Amino acid sequence: MEFLVAQILSGVSLGGQYALIAIGYTMVYGILRLINFAHGDVFMCAGLMMVFMCASLPVYVSIPLMLVLTVLLGFIIERAAYKPLRSAPRMSVMISAIGVSYLLQNVALYATGGQPQTYPSLPFVSGTVTILGASTHWVTVITPVLVIVLVLLLQWLINHTKIGMAMRAVAKDFETSQLMGIQINKVISVTFIIGSFLAAVGSLLYFTNYPTVIPTSGAMPGLKAFVAAVFGGIGSIPGAVIGAFIIGICETLIKGTSMTVFSDAFTFALLIVVLVVKPTGLFGEKATDKV
Amino acid sequence: MSKDILSVENITMQFGGVVAVNNLSLHIPEGQIVALIGPNGAGKTTAFNCITGVYEPTNGLVKFLDEPMVRNHPTGKMKKLYKGENPLLYTAEYHPEDETKEQMLARDPLAGTGKIVSPTPDKITKLGIARTFQNIRLWKSMTVFENVLVAKHMRAKQNVFSATFRGNAKEEKRMRDETMALLVEQGLEKYSDDIATSLPYGIQRRLEIARALATDPKLLLLDEPAAGMNPQETLELAAFIHELRDKYGLTIFLIEHHMDLVMRISDYIYVIDFGSKIAEGIPQEIQNNQHVIDAYLGVVEDE
Amino acid sequence: MLKAKDKEARRGNLITFAIVLVLTLVTMVLENVMSPGSLLFTVIKKGAVYSLVAVSMNLLNGFTGLFSLGQAGFMLLGAYAYAIFMIPDAARDSVYYLFEGSSIHFSFQEMFQHLFGATGFGGGVSLVLGVLVAIIFAGLIAAFFAYLIGLPVLRLKSDYLAIATLGFAEILRAIFQWQTLGKVTNGANILKGYPTFADFNITNASGKVLFRLSAVVPILLAGICIFLIVLLINSSYGRAFKAIRDDEIAAEAMGVNLAKHKSLSFVISSFFAGVSGALFAMFATTVQAKVFTSAMTYEILLIVVIGGIGSVSGSCIASFLYIACSEWWLRFLDNEAYIGAFKVPLLRNGFRMVVFSIIIMIVVLFFRKGIMGERELPDLFRKRPKKAKKNVVEEGKADE
Repeated sequence: MEFLVAQILSGVSLGGQYALIAIGYTMVYGILRLINFAHGDVFMCAGLMMVFMCASLPVYVSIPLMLVLTVLLGFIIERAAYKPLRSAPRMSVMISAIGVSYLLQNVALYATGGQPQTYPSLPFVSGTVTILGASTHWVTVITPVLVIVLVLLLQWLINHTKIGMAMRAVAKDFETSQLMGIQINKVISVTFIIGSFLAAVGSLLYFTNYPTVIPTSGAMPGLKAFVAAVFGGIGSIPGAVIGAFIIGICETLIKGTSMTVFSDAFTFALLIVVLVVKPTGLFGEKATDKV
Repeated sequence: MSKDILSVENITMQFGGVVAVNNLSLHIPEGQIVALIGPNGAGKTTAFNCITGVYEPTNGLVKFLDEPMVRNHPTGKMKKLYKGENPLLYTAEYHPEDETKEQMLARDPLAGTGKIVSPTPDKITKLGIARTFQNIRLWKSMTVFENVLVAKHMRAKQNVFSATFRGNAKEEKRMRDETMALLVEQGLEKYSDDIATSLPYGIQRRLEIARALATDPKLLLLDEPAAGMNPQETLELAAFIHELRDKYGLTIFLIEHHMDLVMRISDYIYVIDFGSKIAEGIPQEIQNNQHVIDAYLGVVEDE
Repeated sequence: MLKAKDKEARRGNLITFAIVLVLTLVTMVLENVMSPGSLLFTVIKKGAVYSLVAVSMNLLNGFTGLFSLGQAGFMLLGAYAYAIFMIPDAARDSVYYLFEGSSIHFSFQEMFQHLFGATGFGGGVSLVLGVLVAIIFAGLIAAFFAYLIGLPVLRLKSDYLAIATLGFAEILRAIFQWQTLGKVTNGANILKGYPTFADFNITNASGKVLFRLSAVVPILLAGICIFLIVLLINSSYGRAFKAIRDDEIAAEAMGVNLAKHKSLSFVISSFFAGVSGALFAMFATTVQAKVFTSAMTYEILLIVVIGGIGSVSGSCIASFLYIACSEWWLRFLDNEAYIGAFKVPLLRNGFRMVVFSIIIMIVVLFFRKGIMGERELPDLFRKRPKKAKKNVVEEGKADE
């Protein structure tokens, strides 16, 4: 029982962390129809920044600085690698995203010298707490709460602000919104900024649970978060969050059995099944090609 | 009147809650030029897409040379959502009272079976129906010659091994010769090495028709062949369509907006509006039909 | 009129073929003259293997327009199929020592050794036949799995297809690392002891190398496969693939069966990915599932992009350049260097890859067509188009 509670708790927590990354994927896909392969690596970079900054700065300075720098990174990536390809075929942009991912991993490899970097232990969130007899870290409890608060905030932003309205318009029809005087580039930048910010928050919570950060740390969580976004119906934020929780819980439950090797494979098997059975995901909208 | 090469019976196409084509029936007699006209958004192209297999109609039957080619009835979620007519006509539960078994089977060889026939577009092309598109869809990286050559691929007997290891040299040569002959016939041979999409618009339309001819069709569907043409070009097109029918023994079914063209070339005209047929007849009848005039010019509504 | 054009094409093909032949011969000579440990030969071997897998990916992504990212997964299948069925029976106990031996006691090479003998000329024949059969077997295994996975997955649209095939490759990797299958796959541990490229060197009875062939063999094997792919691309099927790439709806309307042709392209591409996996196993001398990550697929994709999506020769050239840059030419960037007393900044381990990825980004952003665009090497050896036109006119006159 205690074991199960602990498993589900950490599953929910992991799911929450995936959710924060998945939102970045789903928003970018909704607007640019681009699988931003570099998003997982932005997440990893956020982790590394934290490691390096904590070495010389106090935590309460490092965290805000890290959030700002990650947002800046996301912004720069969009401006440098995706904006020049706005009118290019979609495949080119996706390849550019893969290139950025490769670049970030190699820069990280260079910066760390190939050594795993120990993630700093953050005050409070790393502490232990006991729930229903299961002992766990505070981060496990904080994550879902924080995720829900952030998602509600984001939903409010999208549904009740001017920039949110612009985002919805761009997601619906890129060209028409441009003709209607929406500043596409601004909307896209805001999307990347929000996505990177959430990924940065996600990295704080995620890496607390793991001893170290390595240059490829972002690849797997990134892919899984993307699967979560597809699972929930890409373009839909609630879909991405629910998908992420499901995947997080399934993954931790599988890790608790003897089938540990398949914890990653399971996610992808789930993906293929979802794509084949319901290609639009749980909450996705169907689009038909005009002949 | 000659026998029907294509008959469309009670076709309904519903997207979600929107009925785009409603209970449409058309008959295309062999060797004739038949036109489908209607205002913008009337459902003409949707009807075309149902015939060519791009869409699976929600309900109805399409027979080609008296064989059922496309057949469907509302299933699954559509059963509840269905807003068209005759929801039971093509299901297994259909037992009419006013029709004898023979009559029923003559009308629909699969009557009472509820069988769904839904071939992919390539199967329909193979049966002998070729089409062109409203917005020209040529293969943009290929030359004019290759564009037509690919259309020959379907009827080739080769397999992937014989093609790779050049065991099909004879067939490949035949395909190339036939392609060149067709280009010469269509007066396109001087463009044969040009990239298809670099050609002038009018030539691209001609090429699309040539490509369709390369599939050896019996019935040719033209989706707005005169779109974007000036009056002079339209006039030439009219002569060209006649020539096509006579030279290749084709039946032609076209969608068109240019009334001059339609009136000039059609043997028979169907008019649809909001997905339903509002009139049919020979050109003179259509010209004087009040429903058609209303549909195109609008009606003054009395208070 | 067509004759002149054909002549031009033939000329281009002949020149290309001649260049490849000369380069192969030069490689053969160099390998026997230079020190065999030179990085040049690593680049040649790995470059040949990557050429094949890049071309196979190009067949799918560049010529059929199916954006698939499963290449590493199919290479993994090929590599394992080759290794498992080529390890000599005697060596199995030591390779599979963690699982107390293998449950498979069969090797293609030994099958032929029973027929032709294990030493001398017979041994050579057994080696060649064994390797060839095993390579084809590796390709078939990959093709079989591609067929199965293709049934549901190929209906998906571009990016969904990409992510589904990527996921499939990850699933394969997990399965091959599964301890329960250890008696076959050796779990997460390495497979080794099977014949590699070095086994093709001709030795005398005491094992002294008389003539080296280890760099030429991969060129030959990859070359033959690439030649087959080129034949396919230039056949009626290749044209149908291109039609699907350019406009799927038009292709279908002109009678190209989408499901059949997509599946065909996917299966053939995977077959050659499987073959290149087997060649990769021979190059690396060991096989381990954790090597075949999605990062490997990305690497291959970048090669395809650098070479030009839709150009076979571009993929080949890019493979050699890519491997040469990453393994050899940029290596100096990894070592600290001094100019006089001045220490060159930034140079240290890992800098090479940073520079390298920046170069790739520059290509991706500013030279989107890659090295070759959609052209092929033979196109470059044709006479200038202006001249060609003149020839056509003259030829036409002569016909009259």
